[in-house]
Amino acid sequence: MTLVRVEELDCRYGLLQAVRGVSFEVALGETVALIGANGAGKSTLLRTIAGAHKPHSGRVLFDGTDVTSMPAHRRVSLGIALVPEGRRLFPSLTVEENLRAAAARKGRWNVQSVLEVFPVLQPRRHMAAATLSGGEQQAVAIGRALMCNPRLLLLDEVSLGLAPIVVEAVYRSLAGIISEGTTVLLVEQDLARALKVAGRVICMLEGRIVLEGEAASLDRDRVVEAYFGLKRPA
Amino acid sequence: MTIVNAVVQGIFLGAFYAVLACGLSIMFGVMRIINLAHGDVAVLGAYVVFVIVDSTGMSPFVAFVVALPVMIVLGYVLQLTILERSLKSGILTPLLATFGLSIVIQNLLLIKFSPDVRSLGGNAGAVTTSSWQVTSGLSVSALGLVILVVAVLLFGALQLFLSRTPAGWKMRATAEDADAAELVGINSRDVYARATALAVAIAALGGLFLAIRSVFDPLSGPTQLIFAFEAVVIGGMGSLWGTLLGGLALGVAQTVGAQINPEYSVLTGHLLFLAVLIVRYGGVRVSLRTAR
Repeated sequence: MTLVRVEELDCRYGLLQAVRGVSFEVALGETVALIGANGAGKSTLLRTIAGAHKPHSGRVLFDGTDVTSMPAHRRVSLGIALVPEGRRLFPSLTVEENLRAAAARKGRWNVQSVLEVFPVLQPRRHMAAATLSGGEQQAVAIGRALMCNPRLLLLDEVSLGLAPIVVEAVYRSLAGIISEGTTVLLVEQDLARALKVAGRVICMLEGRIVLEGEAASLDRDRVVEAYFGLKRPA
Repeated sequence: MTIVNAVVQGIFLGAFYAVLACGLSIMFGVMRIINLAHGDVAVLGAYVVFVIVDSTGMSPFVAFVVALPVMIVLGYVLQLTILERSLKSGILTPLLATFGLSIVIQNLLLIKFSPDVRSLGGNAGAVTTSSWQVTSGLSVSALGLVILVVAVLLFGALQLFLSRTPAGWKMRATAEDADAAELVGINSRDVYARATALAVAIAALGGLFLAIRSVFDPLSGPTQLIFAFEAVVIGGMGSLWGTLLGGLALGVAQTVGAQINPEYSVLTGHLLFLAVLIVRYGGVRVSLRTAR
């Protein structure tokens, strides 16, 4: 069953065209990694699916419903949650307030279950988010998205700016979340990690999809070629 | 003893300024809007109460409760119709829009109510005239005390709302990052409209106190705005408790100044405001330098 379907999506920032005629689907329960160089349009694509960016043309369908012109907060109540690039926490709110402010849908996730997945936050729960370390802040950002009890979790470069050991911890927690059946679409710069965590990989270059396939079936050289655009597809 | 009396009266006056400033502080804190029509909205609130008192003969305090839903709806609609559009086009547009709104409110009030000076002091009963002589040099007026108590309760209630309730967390979250708030399911338009509704309702409370403790006319707004604005800046932009303290400090500065010479009352308030600007922001010097 298709959970999210993107049709001929075009996204622009003024004259700059960030996403050009992109179409793809993500099935229920799948984990898909979006990879590509800086400026390939990955973040814009995620933000458009979440409703933070209005597309120039094309459609986004979620669970069969056209959500293209729906404001972001209503998409959240349908079950789309984005962990934005740069985390975007509410700095003066405490960890717990950050989580509680986000409780949009009822479900498996609540403050208690989020703190169980990210035990590092337990002693920090009454501290302002701004005082936390980068890794802890990323945990809050993911936890905050989980509080929305998403059916589709969008993750935008969750490893950015974190120490390798912290990235490892974040992905260990994510593996648990993925194994529970949440559908995940993630942007990741680290190719090896993307191929490891995702079932399917979509590679973007200059706003277009240039390679798409099962993570297990893709050989690294083809991905690297597509990633850097060494051999342009005709 | 006279100086003690001046300080006590200043605290009462300052509590009134704090109530006036409260809504201004909320709108700046949540949306970064400096509402130049805030004083006029307060005066509009006073007129709404005045109309109710005039036609029913009820106490202004009861009439205010009747007027409250009207002001809340007005604030909500004001946000969705005018302020929301102006916010989309940069930081200068809300200033211009609220400046225009200020002129419109003043002139509509002039057309409807004429430039006559009015007061609700006579309708409020014994509270306006009662006072207690504590010592020979110190008296406490009932109205001053009522305003002080209401101001402290108001700021306390807002503090509890913002720190303890889900709606309060959502308002603070939206104030800090409206786009990120949308991404976690918060309807930022609705939060903004609620904040403006709250600000307009509290402005009306300030208008009620203005009407009872002194007089008002259609053009009273801008003077109230200046005192409210000074209270917000003295207390620190965007800080709620700061606004209460800022209002009190402004009130005390004015009454102590008046103690030295009655002509100095407003001047000492302005001087305190300028001193805070210079000390905290290095404001005057910097702005002169960049202006050249």
